[in-house]
Amino acid sequence: MNNVCVYCEYEEGKIQDVSFELLTKGRSLANQLGCKLEALVIGENLEGVDKEVSKYGTDILFIADDKRLYPYSTLPHTAVAVGLFKETRPQIVLMGATSIGRDLGPRISSSLVSGLTADCTELEIGEYEDKKVGKKYENLLYQIRPAFGGNIIAWIVNPDNRPQMATVREGVMKKEMLNENHQAQVVHIEVNKYLNDADFVVKIIERQMEESKINLKNAPVIISGGYGVGSKENFDLLFELAHAIGAEVGASRAAIDAGFVEKGRQIGQTGVTVRPKLYIACGISGQIQHIAGMQESAMVISINNDPNAPINKIADYVINGDIAQIVPKMVKYYKKNVK
Amino acid sequence: MYKIIVLAKQVPDTRAVGKDAMKADGTVNRAALPAIFNPEDLNALEMALSVKDRYPASTITLLTMGPPRAAEILREGLYRGADAGVLLTDKAFAGSDTLATSYALSCAIKKIGDFDMIFGGRQAIDGDTAQVGPQVAEKLAIPQVTYAEALGEIKDKIIVIKRRLEKGVETVSAQMPLVITVNGTAPECRPRNAKRLMKYKKAKTISEMSNASEDYITLSNERPYLQITEWGAINVDPDPTQLGLKGSPTKVKQIKNIVFQAKDSKIITTEQEIEDLMKELIDNHTLG
Ligand SMILES: Cc1cc2nc3c(=O)[nH]c(=O)nc-3n(C[C@H](O)[C@H](O)[C@H](O)COP(=O)(O)OP(=O)(O)OC[C@H]3O[C@@H](n4cnc5c(N)ncnc54)[C@H](O)[C@@H]3O)c2cc1C
Ligand SMILES: Nc1ncnc2c1ncn2[C@@H]1O[C@H](COP(=O)(O)O)[C@@H](O)[C@H]1O
Repeated sequence: MNNVCVYCEYEEGKIQDVSFELLTKGRSLANQLGCKLEALVIGENLEGVDKEVSKYGTDILFIADDKRLYPYSTLPHTAVAVGLFKETRPQIVLMGATSIGRDLGPRISSSLVSGLTADCTELEIGEYEDKKVGKKYENLLYQIRPAFGGNIIAWIVNPDNRPQMATVREGVMKKEMLNENHQAQVVHIEVNKYLNDADFVVKIIERQMEESKINLKNAPVIISGGYGVGSKENFDLLFELAHAIGAEVGASRAAIDAGFVEKGRQIGQTGVTVRPKLYIACGISGQIQHIAGMQESAMVISINNDPNAPINKIADYVINGDIAQIVPKMVKYYKKNVK
Repeated sequence: MYKIIVLAKQVPDTRAVGKDAMKADGTVNRAALPAIFNPEDLNALEMALSVKDRYPASTITLLTMGPPRAAEILREGLYRGADAGVLLTDKAFAGSDTLATSYALSCAIKKIGDFDMIFGGRQAIDGDTAQVGPQVAEKLAIPQVTYAEALGEIKDKIIVIKRRLEKGVETVSAQMPLVITVNGTAPECRPRNAKRLMKYKKAKTISEMSNASEDYITLSNERPYLQITEWGAINVDPDPTQLGLKGSPTKVKQIKNIVFQAKDSKIITTEQEIEDLMKELIDNHTLG
């Protein structure tokens, strides 16, 4: 009772990485709270998932296995999750800030009248005092996320409503296996007790999933362009450099809003979180939402014509100047010296 | 013909965040940011208008909750083709999180009454939460289809919708009434229509009427379409415990300016220094 529960996303035959990342985080939160870590997997043909989910330290695994539950659809997954949570009463529920998690999370939170915080970048346990009513709370979940447009970060709590719910993007938390041989207690959910015909009024006619060609998460070097790159044409310079040195191209949201590159390249709080060996930020000012997605890079080079750009503070090297001049020089030097 | 509601929010243009966006005390300087029609809500309006193109007898009501000045986006919607606007505004709504917002909107929707489709944006750019659409659907106990990019066949009460997901596309058929949240990749909203602009330029809410001239009041009585509906909490019959701060399970514990651990950066200005850096990176195998 009152455990930490992770909704594990099951797609194309496997549990998604973001769910393992959340199980890792959930394990440490559960240790701190002295409660159990639960996982919920909803889908079909789920034999074998217990082994994988167990390794990350899951104590109790709830499995809802039924052919009507795959592919994901809002209403049946909501019905199962809400039905289960009403019985198990978790204190914390975590899910990925993915197409699925962001569709399901608000629906569940509305149904359970609990609070939900989207896109958290950190989760911690702590206390809270409501000074107005003079009430103290212990062991609340701090849902920490950068807020609104600037250099601020907000600690959000849900003092009275349960579960405390949060979504987290893929890559934000670290995925660490606890123990290869750990075995969760498996509980098979009798789904018919939660589902009814009205849950199936939305029918999937067709689904086409495509593997993304952009692989920012695993790229050792990322060249990232911001609004300061100035144009699509100038972005070609970044692609040229990336091509030469075997890097991937990322971008700030401002560059994407301006139409310089496609959305899949966005790095930051609402894009991808990356930890490359080297991050080269070109014409990026370094607002908190961007930095949230790249601050764990091993080395940062900033190329910017404003010597006071905030990103320069966290850069190991600051190249002062214009992208259009500096990037071609780097390409030229690299081509000349590496065959 | 269909009865359509479009949810739209007026938001500070966070894409235009400049140096003066933050006040010295660390709070947001809303005054420095222009207030705009939330971008994806314009995509939602366009999708609603495309239904009306196909079924011209359909009606589109734009609903927004916000401060009195949010009437600006209702007029904008009227210029672009909406039939009516409703402003939900009251101090009782202040401090609402997404759940309390959804609750208030769902009360207003019940008051509007009969509807087949509710369109909203996928998310509002002031917080990027993408929660209000699904939560409104849940409060109304109707299905939701999120991330809509295009509409297919509409037949009686069944609608075909193409969804844009992170890793692909999905086509679903769904039953009305329902909530549809629209993705930024859906068609852009058509521009203002010059005739409609002339017609609705003077449309006002009750609050805006309070200091209007007598001439205007006479005009507005002759042309009822100039009156934008404005409701306070009392008009939508809510459970007061579910409104505003009280109805919001999430509380902000604290807000901090974050100061990043400044690194000892090496500043590079000359061409020679750039070459030296490149050499170092190649030599230590960071590059190549
Ligand atoms: C809820 C929310 C979520 C967000 N999520 C993200 C996110 O995930 N990722 C993200 O990136 N942003 C995000 N943002 C936006 C973020 O706040 C900033 O607006 C954005 O990161 C700014 O992008 P930028 O640095 O490219 O542009 P700007 O801030 O405009 O900076 C441009 C920089 O380029 C420099 N420059 C200009 N010309 C040149 C030149 N010729 N040569 C060299 N340098 C030049 C300038 O000095 C400046 O430093 C989010 C915002 C909100 C409100
Ligand atoms: N105050 C509001 N008034 C009307 N619609 C809203 C309001 N807040 C959110 N919405 C709708 O819900 C969508 C998602 O908002 P959000 O959950 O804040 O990202 C928006 O794109 C709007 O369509």
